Parts: sequence; C-alpha cells; structure tokens
Amino acid sequence: MTNISNQPVGREQAKTMNRYDITKRMLTHLHNDEAVIGGIGYSNFDLWAASANPNGRRQQNFYMLGSMGLAVPIALGVALAQPQRRTIALEGDGSILMQLGALGTVAARAQKNLIVVILDNGAYQITGGQKTLTDQGVDIVAVAQASGLTQSAWAADESAFEEMIDRALKEDGPWLIGCRIDNSKPVDTTERDPSRIRDQFMRGLGVKK
Amino acid sequence: MAERAWYEIVRDVLKQHNVSLIPYVPDNVLRPLIELLESDPFFTAFSVPREEEALGIAAGAWMGGRRSIVLMQTSGFATLANQLASLSVPFQIPTMMIVSERGTLGEFNIGQMLVARTMRPVLDCLAIENHTVTRLDEVEFIFDRSIRQAVATLGPVCFILSPLLTGGKVFAA
Repeated sequence: MTNISNQPVGREQAKTMNRYDITKRMLTHLHNDEAVIGGIGYSNFDLWAASANPNGRRQQNFYMLGSMGLAVPIALGVALAQPQRRTIALEGDGSILMQLGALGTVAARAQKNLIVVILDNGAYQITGGQKTLTDQGVDIVAVAQASGLTQSAWAADESAFEEMIDRALKEDGPWLIGCRIDNSKPVDTTERDPSRIRDQFMRGLGVKK
Repeated sequence: MAERAWYEIVRDVLKQHNVSLIPYVPDNVLRPLIELLESDPFFTAFSVPREEEALGIAAGAWMGGRRSIVLMQTSGFATLANQLASLSVPFQIPTMMIVSERGTLGEFNIGQMLVARTMRPVLDCLAIENHTVTRLDEVEFIFDRSIRQAVATLGPVCFILSPLLTGGKVFAA
C-alpha cells in the first residue's frame, strides 16, 4: 500500500486507537451500501453500536454469534456472490489468528471488492483479557503480506485509517488494514437474534425483497 | 446413451439448481467430481485450507444470493460441529455439503475409522437432513429433492457418498 501518509512499518509504530471511534469513522466513509461482516466479540458489539442511527440500524451488516474466525470467509462469500458490491470483514486479532489460511485464500482469489479490517488489541478481551499472539510478536499485516495480500498496511492513526478506507473503497483490492485498538468496553451489545440478523442482511443486499 | 457416472449426475443436478460456487478441501475419492467442476466454466471451484473456511464462504455466498456446496472427506466434517451449530443452523442458512465417506467398508486407517463414527451423531443431534448415497440410480433423485428441500426449508443438508457408490479408497494390499 504505497503513498499512504505516515505509514508505520510495524504494529509497534501504529497508534493505539479506540474501537468504537474507528468503527464509527469507517461507517461514515461508506456510501454505496457496502456489506460489512462483524466477527464475534467486542468488534461485533461496537459495529452494532456504531450502526445505530435515527432512521434505524444499518441493514447491510452481518453479525456473527459464534463460528469464531469466519468473518473473512463469510465476507469472501458475499464478495463472490456480488462482485459489484464492496464487502468489508471486520475481525479481531484473536479471531483472525484462528483462520490465518483465509488470508491466503483471499489473496489467491485476488478478490477485488474485498476489504479486511483487523482490530488488534492483543487480547482475548471478552474472556478476561488473556494475551493473544499479536501481543507476543505476531504481526498480522506482515502475515497478510506474506500470504500474498500485498495491499496490507497498519493505520498510523485515525486520519491515516480514513485515508486508507477511502482508497480501498475506490481502488481494486483485496486490501487489509491493521488497526491497533485499546481495551475500552464496547458501547452496546448486539441483539442475539440470528434469523432476524440474516433476514435483514439479505434484504440489505437486495437478495430478499 | 452411455450411463452417466455418479459425478456427472451430481454436476448436472448442481447446474440445474444453479449451485455454482464450490469451495472444497481435496479428497481422492472426490477427484473426478472436482476435476469435472473445475473444468466447467459454469462453476467456480477452488480449494481452501480448512473445511470451516469453505462453510463460511458458502454461507456468505448464500446471503449474497449465490448457491454453493462444500466438498470434503469424513475427517474434515469432524471439524464443523461448531460452525454448523453457531452459523448454519441458528441463522437458517442452507449449507450444502458433500462428504466422501471414509472409515467403513474396507478402511485401512484406524483414525479415519474412529472419526467417521462421529459424523452421523453430529448431523442427527443438530437435526440436519442427511442421506447416505449408495446407488447410482438414486443419485439424481436424492440430490435433486434434497437441494430443493434445503432451499425451501432454509436447513443444511449433507450428502454422504458411500464407498458402495464411489468405490471408496482401498488398502493396496
């Protein structure tokens, strides 16, 4: 990912940002009904919280309730089904560590309309804050690059993140953006109603009328 | 007209039902089906590192309006209990699976034999429709009706391909 301002070389140089704030910023840059797949845990909860607005809640979001690690594969499936729609996987560090092979699959498919955003706080926060491997030396952006996702980078700070999202929405992917985040509590909790979540998502994607 | 092989019948039924996306984890018994699907431009068939990844791709594709079926062998199915229980079944996503059956009728690997015993109990306790396909003359009917049922009822379906149908994999004694 060239020509990104102030691009840090590794995880250690990236600013630690706030999960809800980053998610909110991401959503404000979406304009064309992009699909967003929220992995499990607090990244999912803050996507739910950040998607609330006076007219209801953003319909083109899918919220997993288990199946840890499958945000990227689900997003790839949506992207394969609807190649004209940008699709974003919003995934935590603990989750992507369970399914690193999926990064290679996305690279091998060269899926142009797919964006992966990793929210990395180095911890399994929802289970008590135990360290993940990213807190012990694993750099997900480096793993992604080595998996063939050449357009992968850490967001130096909030404005760099917004610049990267804008670019990923305009230019061919696949993209991976790493965000270091803090351990704040999520703003809300996702409603655990899977058939409703799936139905709303399919309506949001125009698959159901 | 020459009799179609089981994998030609499966291909034809998948096409009739517009099931075009085929993420799979390779298997020797499924090789003729995989080769057939990969050589046909109607299908997008590709291997993935893990069966659960294939299930996730198929789930996303379904929600995006594209039908998909996942191919794997018995030991691979054993990695899917959590994904079926937390994604396919509660979200009402008709995950379609083809499993080539190992572990029986001449199995030579004790690990395959044991893990195969876990497959039907997992399918049954999640109330997932499953059929063991043993006869060539039943392939079309079972696949055609079960795909219709999966789509109509939004429930997963698993096709277990018995060595009686495929010949299976035998020990080179």
